[in-house]
Amino acid sequence: MSTLLEVDGVSVSFDGFRAINNLSIQIGEPELRAVIGPNGAGKTTFMDIITGKTKPDEGRITWGDRNISLLGMSESEIAMEGIGRKFQKPTVFEDQTVRENLAMALRNPRGPFAVLFYKKTREGAARIEEIADEIGLSDSLTRKSGELSHGQKQWLEIGMLLAQDPRLLLVDEPAAGMTTAERELTTDLLKRAAETRAVVVVEHDMEFVRRLDCKVTVLHEGSVLAEGSLDHVTADQTVIDVYLGRS
Amino acid sequence: MTNSFLMRNPSTLWFLLGLSLFTIVVTALSDAGVGVMSTSFVKTLGKTLCLCLIAVAMDVVWGYCGILSLGHFAFFGIGGYAVGMWLMYARTEGIVLDSFASQTIPPTPQEVTDAIGNQIFGVVGSSEFPMIWAFSDSLILQLLLVVLVPGVLALLFGWLAFRSRVTGVYLSILTQAMTLALALYLFQNDSGLRGNNGLSGLQNIPGFEDTPQSTISLAFFYASALAVGLGYVLFAWITSGKMGSVIKAIRDNESRVRFLGYHVESYKLFVFTITAVVAAIAGALYYPQAGIINPAEIAPIASIYLAVWVAIGGRGRLYGAVIGAAFVSLLSSWFTGGGAPAIPLGFYTIQWTDWWLVLLGLSFVAVTLYAPKGIGGLFDYLVRKPS
Repeated sequence: MSTLLEVDGVSVSFDGFRAINNLSIQIGEPELRAVIGPNGAGKTTFMDIITGKTKPDEGRITWGDRNISLLGMSESEIAMEGIGRKFQKPTVFEDQTVRENLAMALRNPRGPFAVLFYKKTREGAARIEEIADEIGLSDSLTRKSGELSHGQKQWLEIGMLLAQDPRLLLVDEPAAGMTTAERELTTDLLKRAAETRAVVVVEHDMEFVRRLDCKVTVLHEGSVLAEGSLDHVTADQTVIDVYLGRS
Repeated sequence: MTNSFLMRNPSTLWFLLGLSLFTIVVTALSDAGVGVMSTSFVKTLGKTLCLCLIAVAMDVVWGYCGILSLGHFAFFGIGGYAVGMWLMYARTEGIVLDSFASQTIPPTPQEVTDAIGNQIFGVVGSSEFPMIWAFSDSLILQLLLVVLVPGVLALLFGWLAFRSRVTGVYLSILTQAMTLALALYLFQNDSGLRGNNGLSGLQNIPGFEDTPQSTISLAFFYASALAVGLGYVLFAWITSGKMGSVIKAIRDNESRVRFLGYHVESYKLFVFTITAVVAAIAGALYYPQAGIINPAEIAPIASIYLAVWVAIGGRGRLYGAVIGAAFVSLLSSWFTGGGAPAIPLGFYTIQWTDWWLVLLGLSFVAVTLYAPKGIGGLFDYLVRKPS
């Protein structure tokens, strides 16, 4: 396992509030990693920084085999580097069909003229079928994605991530609002995805994290509090104090 | 490719069919046929087609891409001015040469230029040709300017605005400021475009002095119909397929599209610029039929009307924009032209010239509240898409 993403000493403040405070995290490839922490620990800001939505005040973020810096790159450039992101609230394009949603995410040239003259290919169609099969939406390809259930939208969004074929998937609370059966399918999806790439899951739900069965990073007040297996971090006294003790 | 594209978009085929039928009916009723339709009404219909074309462009930029531009009439006006400069120059040149023809000593080129300048700019107290008239003697160059000036302006404006991630109502205000600034500039006498007099006599086409207006009006009507047809097909093509997918996605959730790896600003810039160019072409066809263009034409209110047409016709469906523009603008000229009978209420008489705007405003509010799909939404009841 080689290091894919290295976050080193990153800090960011909003109006004097330090959302991220000297945060350092390394993600390998392939790897499945869960990031947990109480509300306001900086989980979402952490994702915002990596995907280029928020610019950090200090620190370095290096990516890939050539150790390039992600700072100063736009959101779309970072996405093209191979970082995909799933939001907490499922954000699919509700006005368009499942197939159109997936087609948009497929790894193809992204320039306006390339898209304008884009022609559907057999490989593209096959890839869409394959992904739809994996996320359990094969029968819904022609449906408007707005008609899907909450769980199906979450899967569609994960499917769009897979279609992007990223090296790193950032997944924000994928199990929120899902039934037990849906959670199991989601766990399988993420575990399978993590066989060939890096997957970082931000999650509140301890039961879900336990099922992922992976290395866990605990965030607190914008920095790493503990790291290791779930059993290891839940046994840590400081973690119990700031996070688990409250519930 | 075009074949399969049209096959996959039956509404485009229906539109083209309707447009062709409309053209045939108008020809049959005009002086070229049975002659029951007046030349001025043929011109009104031709102008209406140009308004339909800019409405389709507006629908693409607003209904599909979510950019509520309140400045597209500026591009329409620039197109009109660009073609108007040639029309005015060439016609004045003809008149001046005619008047010199009776002289025994042939005039020097300088005398001719001075006389033309005097004729055109005398009204603003000048006889010098401003720099921007440098190409006005060439139809080809002025036609190029119809496309180039709005294209470059839209590209620059859009690049600055989109790059700074100005969106929503702020962008609308910015586009409105642009069109207002342009109108105010043109109102000045030293703007080089005859201030508030604007350019006039545009209905007289140089080289066709002996052709009756009834024939010229039909020719422009055909040109307008052709432009609407081509523009419609172009935009139907752009808004279908993957491009359509992406620009609709930008309308619905811009930041999500960024995280998919699309450079949203490039797409907005593309849509903004191409619609600006089409708007300018519509303007270049409109003003020779209107006969006159002045800065009031590109006042912000015109662009707001444009948004109202598209909203009433139904956003996000090209034929909706066509219906909205045709319906509202024709109704508007009927009401304001005194066509609608006044309603006496005993204590007060409703004069439609005063009350039409109130009626239009009310219908805009009603459509927004109760029929967000607009008139075009009615087609959804007629055509049920097989699922």
